[in-house]
Amino acid sequence: MSRATSLQPPATSLRIASGQGFWGDLLSAPVEQVRRGRIDYLMLDYLAEVTMSILQKQKARNPAEGYARDFVPLMGEILPDCVAKGIRVVANAGGVNVPACRDGILEQARTAGLEGRMSVGAITGDDILGRLGALVEAGHSLRNMDDGRPLSDVIDRVQSANAYIGAAPIVAALARGATVVVTGRSTDTALTYAPMMHAFGWAPDDWDRLAAGVVAGHINECGAQCTGGNCLLDWETIPDLAGIGFPIIEASPDGSFVVTKHEGTGGRVTTGVVTEQLLYELGDPAHYITPDVIADFTTIRLTADGPDRVRVSGVRGRPRTDMLKVSISYSAGFKAVGTLVYGWPDPVAKAQAADRVLRARLDRLGLRFDEIRTELVGWNATHGALAGPPPEGLPEVELRVAVRADERAPVERFTREIAPLVLTGPPTVTGFAGGRPRVQEIVAFWPALIDRDQIEPHLNVEVTVA
Amino acid sequence: MSKVLLYELAHARSGDKGNTVNVGVIARRPEHFPLLREALTTERVRAHFAPLITGGVERFELPNLNALNFLLHGALDGGGTVSLMTDAQGKTFSTAMLRMVIDVPDDPGNSREGGSA
Repeated sequence: MSRATSLQPPATSLRIASGQGFWGDLLSAPVEQVRRGRIDYLMLDYLAEVTMSILQKQKARNPAEGYARDFVPLMGEILPDCVAKGIRVVANAGGVNVPACRDGILEQARTAGLEGRMSVGAITGDDILGRLGALVEAGHSLRNMDDGRPLSDVIDRVQSANAYIGAAPIVAALARGATVVVTGRSTDTALTYAPMMHAFGWAPDDWDRLAAGVVAGHINECGAQCTGGNCLLDWETIPDLAGIGFPIIEASPDGSFVVTKHEGTGGRVTTGVVTEQLLYELGDPAHYITPDVIADFTTIRLTADGPDRVRVSGVRGRPRTDMLKVSISYSAGFKAVGTLVYGWPDPVAKAQAADRVLRARLDRLGLRFDEIRTELVGWNATHGALAGPPPEGLPEVELRVAVRADERAPVERFTREIAPLVLTGPPTVTGFAGGRPRVQEIVAFWPALIDRDQIEPHLNVEVTVA
Repeated sequence: MSKVLLYELAHARSGDKGNTVNVGVIARRPEHFPLLREALTTERVRAHFAPLITGGVERFELPNLNALNFLLHGALDGGGTVSLMTDAQGKTFSTAMLRMVIDVPDDPGNSREGGSA
């Protein structure tokens, strides 16, 4: 059985490893985390803001889909190790179809000969797509947090709607012995601190410890971005990025913790590296709002604690709010991106001339776009006007033209105007072999707030033995 | 006073929240932090990013991490999936910030390697 049940005394330390920072992250990472050294928990974050809408579309096409499919075969691969070593897994891989994800894991477990030896906790109730109309009718305007528009403006185009839920249901599933806990739209950070709450017996109003758990979760949730990946500080000297180790949080019952990684793995864990990750996607640092607590990032203390070890302490928290954030996605038109490469000499002048030709043709065709955006990759695509004038003797640039419109038709027509530029525009042009650009449907993100008591009574925890 | 490229004194990471970019600027050495706090005013950063953003700038201090956090509003052409930018997630605004040139007192300690600035 799992090592932490309510009958056992609270743990004195806990190693919580991060296995995926997003859906599509390094496939080998969770396997390495389980096999290369001791860990107690493996957390995997699969859900970005627009992932829910992709999953909702997949589920509409096939009711058996709608979750992070990669997660199920991954479980088949690592479950025997997890069960043998007592490692428990927490992941928001359930997307908009938690039961199907759960069933897939149970099947993998049975195939691996683990019948009766493991269980899966499934958390549901965060998906409010079916309740949206009733909620709006009952006076919950679900205004866009960024621009204040009421949801009624786009409600007929909504594709998914999920409340960001906190740690409580995960803690409940762990208390009931679940080896693997799958959730839908749990917050990324809860996947890390729910195991701490469970194993250390933290109270749900122990604000300072919960805030420390949130900080640990923020560090863990982006995978190797806190162990040297995407790190600007001394990036040239970070060792063995090919074999980069994903983070492990070594947590203590008092809320302090150490950020580290398995011995022998690549990357680097220093206060500088961890600081970069602490600032990633940060808003007001004194008010890092989660469903369970408001963490104050201005109270974090970082100290070096040996090679590839950084100690985090001193974190303070404030009581949670009465609201939960809701992630709504809605259909918002179409876009496409066309690219061509122009070679020396004067690649910028040629690309700019091609852009003028293209725009003139789109204009003559009478096509209407909400926006046409031109960037020259190799010169101004990342820093725009801050890049200054193009350097003398630039060997090449990629012309990148993107369009957006409410209707599909003009975007579709645009995709047929790129390749003709090769024979009908400026010279020394190549890079068209990829074929016509693809028309993409835009699914936009609508952040809103809702009263906590509209969501929490609907949450459900179910634990099933394989 | 001398002019120093911010990249010499600081490192940074940026990310997105809707149509807003956050840029965390971290002093390479703790003694550089007061220089950053002095030089990187909201107005100065707003002026630096004027060609790239349509909204305002907010600044937060994290003296515990020798860092400042800036929110650049209206930076991502609508943000997320709506944006037509190559960098729709604002990942490269970090080094766009570090292109700033700031005034620092003449002091041999004010450079990345600790040599003369």
